[in-house]
Amino acid sequence: MVQIDTIKENDITTLSINGEVDASSSIQLDESLGAVVSNGDQKILVGCEGLNYISSAGLGVFMSYIEDINAKNLKMALYGLNDKVMNVFEILGLDQLLTIVKTKEEALSRVNEV
Amino acid sequence: MKFNISVPCEKSNLQRIRAFILDVLKEQRLSDVEVHSMVLAVDEVCANLMIHSNNCSPDHSIDVEVLIKAKNKIIFDIIDKGRGFDIRKYPEPDIKEIIKSKKKGGVGLMLVKRIMDDIDFIHKENYNIVRLTKNLQPSG
Repeated sequence: MVQIDTIKENDITTLSINGEVDASSSIQLDESLGAVVSNGDQKILVGCEGLNYISSAGLGVFMSYIEDINAKNLKMALYGLNDKVMNVFEILGLDQLLTIVKTKEEALSRVNEV
Repeated sequence: MKFNISVPCEKSNLQRIRAFILDVLKEQRLSDVEVHSMVLAVDEVCANLMIHSNNCSPDHSIDVEVLIKAKNKIIFDIIDKGRGFDIRKYPEPDIKEIIKSKKKGGVGLMLVKRIMDDIDFIHKENYNIVRLTKNLQPSG
């Protein structure tokens, strides 16, 4: 079970993920992230403080938008991952292919970089 | 010690399998990250079997058995009667290729291979076993 809230403040769009993203619930992450990317929102923050679990289905969603994000010149940063969730990204080296930082402030400064 | 659970092949039951594995492993002296990675590996295999071998049919079931051997080895047997496929023969895809293709899947078994020490596929007359083995580091 996962709940994803999309909040727009000025030019920043924040997706806040709460719960578990697995093979059953990854569709919700796909819909939320897909909407933001296809809308062309320039600065995307993904708040993972409430993300308790992610499996390959969730990783697959993030991976599937990397090309579009780069092609459209959008900026996305994930923040607030706990150690267990971070470890899943690290096992596949996705921490090198996505921008993942500790705090919301760091994430903001990364998407605000020129 | 041996523990087991059986659930119908619906993806919504993955959560029950994870809770079961977590429950069994929390009695062991393991780090949170270690426990979580094993929960993930079992979840990945079960999700694969539910989707690809059993078409998510609630009439099919999947059994998970956990065998804790002494203090240094844990064996996870994932048993189903679906269309068996030998997980060991699954070619490891290239992450960058997957990203380029915008595919949303394909890295689950890669996670399993990196988390577990051994993966076996055992085909019996009317069921299949995926056996995952994790060797534990002796503590202290």
